[in-house]
Amino acid sequence: MKKRSSLFSKVYIAVVLAFLYLPIMVLVVFSFNQSKSRAVFTGFTLDWYQKLFHNEAIMSALLNSLIVAVISSVVATVLGTLAAVGIHAMNRRMRSMVMNLTNIPVINPEIVTGVSLMLMFVFLKMGFGLTTLVVAHTTFNVPYVILSVMPKLRQMDVFQVEAAQDLGCNPTQAFFKVVIPEIMPGIMSGFLISLTYSFDDFIISHFVAGPTAQTLPLAIFSMTRKKVSPEINALSTIMFVAILAVLLLINIADIRRESKKKRGVQRR
Amino acid sequence: MKSKLPALPYLIWMALFIVVPLGLVVYFAFTTADGQFTIANISQVGQYTGVLLRSIWLAAVATVLCLLIAYPLAFFLSRANYSIQRTLIMLVMLPMWMNFLLRTYAWMTLLETSGLINKLLGLIGLGPVQMINTPGAVVLGMVYNYLPFMILPLHSIMTKIENTTLEAAQDLGANWWQSFRRVVLPLSIPGIMTGVTMVFVPSISTFIISRMLGGGGNILIGDLIELQFIGSSYNPNLGSAISLVMMVIVLLCMSLFNQFDKSEREGIYG
Amino acid sequence: MKKRVLSLILALCTVFSVCFASLPAAAAAGSSKTKYSFDKSGIDYQKFKGKGVSINVYNWGLYIAEGEDGGMNVVKEFEELTGIKVNYTMYATNEEMYAKLKSGGAKYDVIFPSDYMVGRMIEEDMILPLDFDNIPNYDRYIDDSFKNLEYDPQNLYSVPYTWGIVGILYNADLVKKPVDSWDILWDPDYTGDILMFNNSRDAFGIALKRLGYSMNTTDKKQLQEAAESLKKQKTVVQAYVMDEIFDKLGAGEAAIAPYYAGDYPLIKADNPAIEFAVPKEGTNRFVDAVCIPKDCNNKEAAELFINFLCDPVVGYENFLTIGYSSPNKGTYDMLPDMYKKNEALYPDQQVLDNAEGFINLDTETNEYTQQLWTEVLSDDQHVNKWLIPIFITAALGASLYINISRTVKKRRGTYK
Repeated sequence: MKKRSSLFSKVYIAVVLAFLYLPIMVLVVFSFNQSKSRAVFTGFTLDWYQKLFHNEAIMSALLNSLIVAVISSVVATVLGTLAAVGIHAMNRRMRSMVMNLTNIPVINPEIVTGVSLMLMFVFLKMGFGLTTLVVAHTTFNVPYVILSVMPKLRQMDVFQVEAAQDLGCNPTQAFFKVVIPEIMPGIMSGFLISLTYSFDDFIISHFVAGPTAQTLPLAIFSMTRKKVSPEINALSTIMFVAILAVLLLINIADIRRESKKKRGVQRR
Repeated sequence: MKSKLPALPYLIWMALFIVVPLGLVVYFAFTTADGQFTIANISQVGQYTGVLLRSIWLAAVATVLCLLIAYPLAFFLSRANYSIQRTLIMLVMLPMWMNFLLRTYAWMTLLETSGLINKLLGLIGLGPVQMINTPGAVVLGMVYNYLPFMILPLHSIMTKIENTTLEAAQDLGANWWQSFRRVVLPLSIPGIMTGVTMVFVPSISTFIISRMLGGGGNILIGDLIELQFIGSSYNPNLGSAISLVMMVIVLLCMSLFNQFDKSEREGIYG
Repeated sequence: MKKRVLSLILALCTVFSVCFASLPAAAAAGSSKTKYSFDKSGIDYQKFKGKGVSINVYNWGLYIAEGEDGGMNVVKEFEELTGIKVNYTMYATNEEMYAKLKSGGAKYDVIFPSDYMVGRMIEEDMILPLDFDNIPNYDRYIDDSFKNLEYDPQNLYSVPYTWGIVGILYNADLVKKPVDSWDILWDPDYTGDILMFNNSRDAFGIALKRLGYSMNTTDKKQLQEAAESLKKQKTVVQAYVMDEIFDKLGAGEAAIAPYYAGDYPLIKADNPAIEFAVPKEGTNRFVDAVCIPKDCNNKEAAELFINFLCDPVVGYENFLTIGYSSPNKGTYDMLPDMYKKNEALYPDQQVLDNAEGFINLDTETNEYTQQLWTEVLSDDQHVNKWLIPIFITAALGASLYINISRTVKKRRGTYK
């Protein structure tokens, strides 16, 4: 009985994973396709990988994506960390009010956030471009930073700060020397979540991007409306393989560290 | 340390880029193009009841399917040993880092009448089956894109259910259905809640999946909104009204679901 | 869990940054000296060199030569010639471009509206009169029959870019019935094999012509009738598309589609079975023009770009890539005979006489058509609407049941 159910669970997991990876495999396979067709495989080639690096539209979109992702994540992290510290100091009622506000962009459908920002930028007469993209991305990123920093603040030992101040730190010093290192993991994870969300965002960017700053998802969108060049398949294959490799490496390293720890515990 | 001041820049930012813009949506929804007050936009939304209903329906179907697929998967994953579990979760998250437009586009290649699936069906003498440009394809696109959003919260809540709890239930004479109904399900309710929200909201507001896989003929609320703002029929006032109605619908659906959840929990613990 | 996510994402960032750091360098490497000779008489292309000027060009998708298969990359040639940076973006329909401009967030310097849209933008004061002193190629090369057309009677605002007719593209292997009428787009025998325009003006134009009305009708009854027939057509239509048609017809995914004649040679190159036919009811004859929006960054630089597009060599290279007939005399003279004799690209006078151009309609009709079009797209005969009320009732019922059972339980609890 037990054996059969474990076999079933293995098959089930395999089937779901196959479902998740099927289209990605299609992308990878057709990045090696000789013809531009995305239905018939006519022969193996590496041309698209070479052409990819000479395609200025894709390359500049990639660069824009990167710029927007990095700037907006940095701004969101600074704003969000400060906000989390401030919110932590609030009384319960005020805190829940502010947290409700924070949750709006998380829960609200993205398209509504997109159109509302579009209306706002037009109202403020901000021309669509890098600035509007950065502002929009920062706006939807900040809540994620706050949500990942808040738990760390709650876990923090309040007396540490008092101890630091007793030992002669002024509040600012105490903040930078005690609080920040303590909540650093939360800040980092908030920053990285922002970076990924921002890099992959299409819906909100679709409404606030202008002619001077196309991000990668936008460039891909305008391609999917005619013919998707296999160069894009090549790009996603490169990204997929790189991500996979790094994840595997980290996973292996983690497992090793973990087992070392376990051994240590046993020895004790 | 006990100062609220650091939150000030954030509050100003959010007021400027969340509260005021949403206010603008409300303002646009209730005005004409020349800024006169009107409720014509809101009443015009009534014409698109069919679109609204279809969006709710397709999003609901996609959410239920995601739940049905993800629930056993999350459970099996949570019972696996730690390092396998970690690798598998990584594999579940990995596709999310690929551009979603490209993944959806790849589904076109698979589903088309002359696509890969139909070619395989042709080899065993079946088909061709019309799959692309149907509501089913749109649901598939939603399920595919948002499935990880269901798996991850379910998995993280289920890892908290100890094997010993399940064994205890069995020792007390519960069969697997009873131990599922009385132990696993109640304990995983918060995960279901998060998962359903994370799948339902993007599904109901999607506008690109329906266009790529649905053929553009059966539009959803998201498409309707996009059409009004930067698509073929420029009318931001109507677009704002539709956005407003959609926000209300989403809130209603979520609160209905919340109520369901609360009663369920109270039924168990109360 | 959080830590795991953190480390994963951290790793990703490293990958991304390593990946991308090397890219711009690679992109910059491929510059080359031009091999084309342009007509530079009467104009100083170097005017803005080194001044960091940039223009935003907003064009249809697949509507300029992009340097594929050894051809000219028009934008890049222009950038090298003038030192003006071009930000090039694309749209799929006139209406989309109109919405983007009207919403006011983005500034564009060069746009490519079709005839009726030029008229509409003139009327709504959205485009600027051109300074033809900066566009000497207009007088030199543009065919007189494309000047002073009814959408821009004194020809102050626009320079024609391409022209053509709308016809039916069909796969001769799959379609055996004779294709000579718009009726084939409504033929139930081809259910699921038909593609339709995804923009209101072209779709309504076809429906109106099929009913024997003018494409420019302002009669609400006729428009209503056209909308009804478009709703009926939905049962046989596979998808509403624009440039996706290349993919779908090329791969044999669909068999029949109305589209612009200029795309016929390109699709035929992909799939030799594709043929082109002009319906006997008459069709639409269009001109796509180049204009400068009112809210532009640098009008003179934009005019240099327009002049560059009117260069016969550029026109020729564009023709080879996009396939649309050119109003440029110089370009026409350079074309091989096979193109000049192509009846889709350069149709008989009789076909042209039977064709109707779109003109700008009044605001009321425009709005009415838009509304009808949205209705057509949202009208749905496939999904059972009664499923939704049942679903909602069931959800409400479930919630009610839970509430009642909870109350009952509680009451029982208090009795105990």
